[in-house]
Amino acid sequence: MSTILIIEQVLNGLQFGVMLFLMAAGLTLIFGVMGLINLAHGSLYMVGAFAAAAVAGATGSFFLGLVAALAAAALAGAVIEMVVIRRLYAAPHLDQVLATFALILIFSEGTRWVFGSFPLFLDIPVGLAGPVTLPGGIEYPLYRLALIGIGLAVGLGLWALIERTRIGIQIRAGENDREMIAALGVDISKLYTLIFALGAALAGLAGALVGAIQSVQVGMGEPVLILAFVVIVIGGIGSIRGAFIGALLVGLTDTLGGVFLPELFKLFMETGAAQKSGSAIASMAIYILMGLVLVWRPTGLFGARG
Amino acid sequence: MINERMINALVLAGLLALPLYALAVDEPFTITLVTRAVILALAAVGLNIVLGFGGMVSFGHAVFFGIGGYAMGILAYHAQTYSTLDLGLFTTEGTKLMPVIWLVAMAVSGLVALIIGLLSLRTSGVYFIMITLAFGQMFFYFAISWAEYGGEDGVSIYVRNSFPGLNTLVPIQFFAICFVILCLVLFLKERLRASPFGLALNAARQSATRAETVGLNPMRLRLVAFVISGMITGLAGALFADLNRFVSPSMFSWQLSGELIVLIIIGGAGRLMGPVIGACVFVALEHFLGGLTDFWHVYLGLILLGIVLFGRGGIIGMLTRTEGAHV
Amino acid sequence: MKRFLMAAAATALGASSAAADIKVGMITTLSGGGAGLGIDVRDGFMLAISQSGRDDIEVVIEDDQRKPDIAVQLSDKMIQSERVDVMTGIIWSNLAMAVVPAAVNQNVFYLSPNAGPSPLAGKGCHQNYFNVAWQNDNLHEAAGAHANGAGYSNTFILAPNYPAGTDALTGYKRFYEGELAGEVYTKLGQTDYAAELAQIRASGADSVFFFLPGGMGISFLKQYANSGIDLPVVGPAFSFDQGILQAVGDAALGVVNTSQWNKDIDNPTNAAFVESFQAEFGRLPSLYASQGFDTANLLISALEAADPSDADAFREALRAADFDSTRGDFAFGPNHHPVQTIYAREVIKEGDVFTNKIIGTALENHSDAYAADCKM
Repeated sequence: MSTILIIEQVLNGLQFGVMLFLMAAGLTLIFGVMGLINLAHGSLYMVGAFAAAAVAGATGSFFLGLVAALAAAALAGAVIEMVVIRRLYAAPHLDQVLATFALILIFSEGTRWVFGSFPLFLDIPVGLAGPVTLPGGIEYPLYRLALIGIGLAVGLGLWALIERTRIGIQIRAGENDREMIAALGVDISKLYTLIFALGAALAGLAGALVGAIQSVQVGMGEPVLILAFVVIVIGGIGSIRGAFIGALLVGLTDTLGGVFLPELFKLFMETGAAQKSGSAIASMAIYILMGLVLVWRPTGLFGARG
Repeated sequence: MINERMINALVLAGLLALPLYALAVDEPFTITLVTRAVILALAAVGLNIVLGFGGMVSFGHAVFFGIGGYAMGILAYHAQTYSTLDLGLFTTEGTKLMPVIWLVAMAVSGLVALIIGLLSLRTSGVYFIMITLAFGQMFFYFAISWAEYGGEDGVSIYVRNSFPGLNTLVPIQFFAICFVILCLVLFLKERLRASPFGLALNAARQSATRAETVGLNPMRLRLVAFVISGMITGLAGALFADLNRFVSPSMFSWQLSGELIVLIIIGGAGRLMGPVIGACVFVALEHFLGGLTDFWHVYLGLILLGIVLFGRGGIIGMLTRTEGAHV
Repeated sequence: MKRFLMAAAATALGASSAAADIKVGMITTLSGGGAGLGIDVRDGFMLAISQSGRDDIEVVIEDDQRKPDIAVQLSDKMIQSERVDVMTGIIWSNLAMAVVPAAVNQNVFYLSPNAGPSPLAGKGCHQNYFNVAWQNDNLHEAAGAHANGAGYSNTFILAPNYPAGTDALTGYKRFYEGELAGEVYTKLGQTDYAAELAQIRASGADSVFFFLPGGMGISFLKQYANSGIDLPVVGPAFSFDQGILQAVGDAALGVVNTSQWNKDIDNPTNAAFVESFQAEFGRLPSLYASQGFDTANLLISALEAADPSDADAFREALRAADFDSTRGDFAFGPNHHPVQTIYAREVIKEGDVFTNKIIGTALENHSDAYAADCKM
């Protein structure tokens, strides 16, 4: 296995991780500030992808598609926050699980109702198509590089928002003491709607960006949702920094595990069997990682509370 | 306002009366449907021990359901193909006898629950939810790539396993077996709840620190509860596989873990009969809505949403106007 | 609660008393991500029934949600409550394995419009089971044969890590004579193939064979087109069918895939089918729709000759396969699986619509590798 291949696979792992971060950031924010387990986060990812595919298909512009994805997901997020989620902040976690599970059913089949049962088409913009040659002679798809760039930029923006702005102060205060911040005259219900919409928009953005290189179809959000939960649990729930580290860990483990475990097994098994056992273990790798992290640190890498 | 005891009695009477009525009018499928509800209820009753009484939301109980299923699948597969199952220490030809299968299912589920419990009970809250989910996913992917037993295709058993003195292929007789088991488990669970162990577990749920100061060991209490819970859900898995004469990795899926939780919430968490009512309502909804439109999941979602938003404490909570245990 | 369930029993009772001479139970996938396939099978099937003008055939349709346990439950319902004569409709092999053996052992006929798992073609074959589509390995075997003809000698092959994936790679290798540049099993449901693409690039392969049904194939092709790898691709028809080609777009253009059917197969039945399907549903028919259509026509042809209550005569009538197939000639082998020609197709663009055209024959009068194991 050549160095070039290894570098390429590391880039792939990074790109996967960065996209997971977009999903996980919203999830961890919503949990951190409002204490809400939002299973419907994957549906917002799907909403973003479908909105992008519909608008890009109608206008021919990928950029307009992205704008539509952000807007549609943020809107959907704000609406469900105001109609459903708001009534659940005081409810036990279990009620939140059931309610957001119900939202998944409604969103998935509702989307199929509107868009039909066949996958939609969404292509990457012409300017980002094809591979570029990196130093060292590595050929790598330009679009994936762009995804890494966008993900890192969003991460930086999120950090600045939380650390450097007034809203950020309110969010951090909300994580620490809900009553205090209300007493200080901040309109807490508006703040919650805003955070929810922000998290939803991030998920929608991820859905649209990833939708361009994957299949835009009903149910696309659920596998990503599970991975995003794995990410925030590894990182420590409520921690944006933890979500970032967790996302990269999961992305790299999943990608590199899928490549190297079968190779490893080939050292002491015949090729076909090594392929099968290696890839079987690889599909469990991130869950094993999560189990190990939690056994070692029961509240994740950067988690403060249990 | 209705008394919870009255509801419990009515539900059990209804569960018994409906199949008998169906038998009288020769509607075997209705019996099959009620049997399905009874088995799912049993699985959820198992989960309810940790979730409702112990306050631990396990999002990985499909592990035990699946283990029970595969215990049945593997033993019956070897018996029906006359092949040998090599377990290292000893070999066996498998079996088609239900009681033996149940024992194996419960023993293996209990053992796995012990291991998972030891590792995951160090965490709590959402971390506990997620670590149990992680174990579920590990078993799911393992089963998918387990080629000896069909991988994703699973294992089909052509004839239902046998129970001495009964013909299990007759729907009403298989129903009777499942119903008796459910009643037994409900009875034992009620005894358990009122026992010193149950009271201590309840204390540990409400405040671990306080329980510790009076000399209880919350970790050990939870572990025991987790093992009992896993064994019951494992038994339900073996019955479920026998109902379908089929087992596949979908019994390990996280959707199934989620469904079990949903059953409990619908009925009312921490209530004796909560899982039973939840299972009946869920199976009935699935059956009736499924025929109405291609997009029936939308309506199912709306109904579930309605139950959460307007009926705190599940259906039992709505009927008795009392809230259940907070978890 | 009790009253609710009583009502349940009453409705179930009402349903079973409806009178029709022939009752067909269709269990197929109508919700969730895989619904497109089930809808196509159903629409093709129902089109043939309505064209036959027979109003004595009642079709009971149920959604299995792609879950094996739901499929088994529905099958119990079809047999115990609806008391159907014939069952059909299942799309996925794992669901078929859960339902078919039990159903045919209860004296119901099963006509498979899609799934063809190997056990049902070999040791587990049954006199009441007929497959109208293909044995699972067939299209992959044809892809292997096509690769030989195209002169490929170093193929990189990949499929998901589950039984149908293993069958696919085995099927390809059964006919392909060259070397393998790599053999990879991916995770079931995987949507990102960056890692596999890097392996393909590094492997020195001269061609790529893949079996990735549904959304997995869409993702793979889009990423493949964008990776800069410029090797010829072959695959079975599933990733290039009418329902999903529009979602793949330009990335699929020029790809060769193998299929027993295409809309340009030149016979009057097929021409009429394509035209009437388009008129009825406003979309081009897919492979799955053609299979549903053929399944219904096979059933109707057998009903012309015998009644299902006379099981032996009805079975003979099915075995004769005396109907006009959209594929032209149609015949069953000894294990009740088709013996048929499998074509190589190429993805083209007609106006704005992506579709396929036949470019050659991959395997002539092809049976399957398991027929010899079948003792009926």
